[in-house]
Amino acid sequence: MELFAVRNPGPMTTVQDLGRLAFLDRGVPLSGALDPFACRVANLLVGNPEDAAVLEITVMGPTIEVLTPADIALTGADMGMTINQAPIRAWRTVRANPGEVIRIPRAASGCRAYLAVTGGIDVPLMMGSRSTFVRAKIGGVQGRGLIKGDILHRRAGSLLTRPRELPDEWIPRYAREIALRAVPGPQDDAFREGIDAFFGASYEVTQQADRMGCRLRGPAVHRDGESPESIVTEPTMPGNVQVPADGQPIILLVEQTSGGYAKIATVITADLPNVAQAMPGNIVLFERVTLEDAHRLYREQQKHLQQIREHLKRVYGL
Amino acid sequence: MSGDRALLVEYGDGIDPVINEKVRAMTTLLKRNLPAGVEAVVPAYRSLSIIYDPLATTPGRLAEILHALEADSRAAEIAKAKVVPIPVCYGGEFGPDIGVVAEHTGLREDEIVVIHIAVDYPIYMIGFTPGFCYLGGLDRRLQMPRRKTPRTNLPAGSVGVAESQTGMYPVDSPGGWQIIGRTPLRLFAPARENPFLYEAGDRIRFVPIAEAEFRRLREKEWS
Repeated sequence: MELFAVRNPGPMTTVQDLGRLAFLDRGVPLSGALDPFACRVANLLVGNPEDAAVLEITVMGPTIEVLTPADIALTGADMGMTINQAPIRAWRTVRANPGEVIRIPRAASGCRAYLAVTGGIDVPLMMGSRSTFVRAKIGGVQGRGLIKGDILHRRAGSLLTRPRELPDEWIPRYAREIALRAVPGPQDDAFREGIDAFFGASYEVTQQADRMGCRLRGPAVHRDGESPESIVTEPTMPGNVQVPADGQPIILLVEQTSGGYAKIATVITADLPNVAQAMPGNIVLFERVTLEDAHRLYREQQKHLQQIREHLKRVYGL
Repeated sequence: MSGDRALLVEYGDGIDPVINEKVRAMTTLLKRNLPAGVEAVVPAYRSLSIIYDPLATTPGRLAEILHALEADSRAAEIAKAKVVPIPVCYGGEFGPDIGVVAEHTGLREDEIVVIHIAVDYPIYMIGFTPGFCYLGGLDRRLQMPRRKTPRTNLPAGSVGVAESQTGMYPVDSPGGWQIIGRTPLRLFAPARENPFLYEAGDRIRFVPIAEAEFRRLREKEWS
C-alpha cells in the first residue's frame, strides 16, 4: 500500500535491509545497512522481522508526506525528526497518519539514521535482498537513492496497540572521538615496522566516506621497505583497513568485494556500527585486540540484541 | 585471517594457473559439503575467503576441515572446468579501439580476432563489479597499454584488452581498456533466475559473430 510521498529526498537516502551474501563470489557486494544494530532495533520496535527493509538516511534526511497509517521508528544518528513540526524522539515508535509531514533535518550526532515502518518498505526482492546497490543499479527503488516525487509502499503488517521504546540506557551515544578495536591482518606482516605507530595514532575522517569505504587522514602508515606497493587482488571484508601507496588508511565497507592493496588490520564486527556513525571531521583511534577478544565482543553484542528482543517481548508482548 | 568473520587461505603467491586450479578444487570441495557455520566461499587468484558465523564455528575448526579437504583435493575427482561460449561482434561500432590495437601490435584486424578467440580463458576470480571476470591467458601479441583517457561510459558487454588482461564489462561503467568488440549477451541480469552465466573456475570462449547475429541476440536478451 502507498505509504510515503517523498517531497525532498535528502542527499543520500536508500532502501536497505541486512544485505546479500549469496553472490559475493560474483562481484556483488554485501550491501545492506551500514549500521546493522540500528537497523535491527528499528525493525524490532515497530514489530517487524529484523531483516525488513528500512530507509538508511545519510547526514541529512528527507521530508516525507504520509499516505497510509503506519508506526515508524527512527534509530541511529540523532537527526531531530519532527512530525507536523512537533519534535519526535528517536529510538521509539510513533504513529504516522495520512496528511502528516515527517521532517528529518540533520544529524546532530552520528552520521546515519534508520527509519523503520510497519511491515517494512515494499520494494522487489532482488538476488535475495531489498538492499540498494547504486553502482550496479540493483535493489531498492529502481536501484537508486530516493528522489523527489517517489511514492514508497509498505508491506502488510499490524499496527501496534501502544508505542514502544528502547530503554534510555541502551541507546548508543555517538562520540566525536571514536575508538575502533581491530585485529591485525590480513597483511600485517607488510607493516612490521609501522604497525605500532598505526595503533597509537589518531586519524581524521575525511569527506571521502561512503558505503564503499571511509578514507582517513593522519600520519602515513609506514610499509616495510621490502613489501610491494600492491598485492595480488583478493577478497575484502567490511572493516579491512587498506593502506594505499600514500599511506592514508581506508576502512573498507559493504560495497566492495575485492582489492589489491595490503590491509594492516581489520575493525572488529562489533565496532562496525561505529564506523557507520563516524562523521567527516570525527577522530578515529585504532585499538589492537586479539581474535579471541573480537569473538567475545561479538558474542556480547549478540547477547545484548537478544536482551533487547526479550525486553520488548516482555514489556509489549508479541 | 581477515578480521573476525573471514578466514583467508592462500595457496601460493602470484598469478599462476596451477595455484588458481588449487583454489578452484578447494572451492568445489567446500561447496559440495558446506561446513556448519560457513556463510560464503569467495575464491580469488591465489586465495580463498571463507566467511563464517563466529557463533556457529571457529577458525580453528575450519582450518582442520580445510586440512582434511586438502588431502581429498588430490584424490577427489574435480569436474573439468565448464566452458562458457560468449558471442562477440568484433570491430566496427562495437570495437572502436580495434584499429588502435592493430596499429600498436602490427596485426591486421582479422588476425587480432583469430588470436583473441584461439584461447579458452580461465576465470581466475570475479570482482570489482558484478560479473567482472579477471581472466588469464591473453596472448602476448595482444598485450598493449590502457587508453590514456578512460572512457566515461562503456556499454555493458564491451570486450577489451589492457596490459596482460582481457575481459568484458558486464554493466555500463567507466573504463580504460582498449575495446575490440561487444557481446550481445546479458552478462549480469539481476532479475533472471541465475543472474550470471559463469563462475570463477569456468573458462570463457569468445565466438565471433556478424552484426546481424549480434542484433538478433541483443534483441532476444535485452527485450
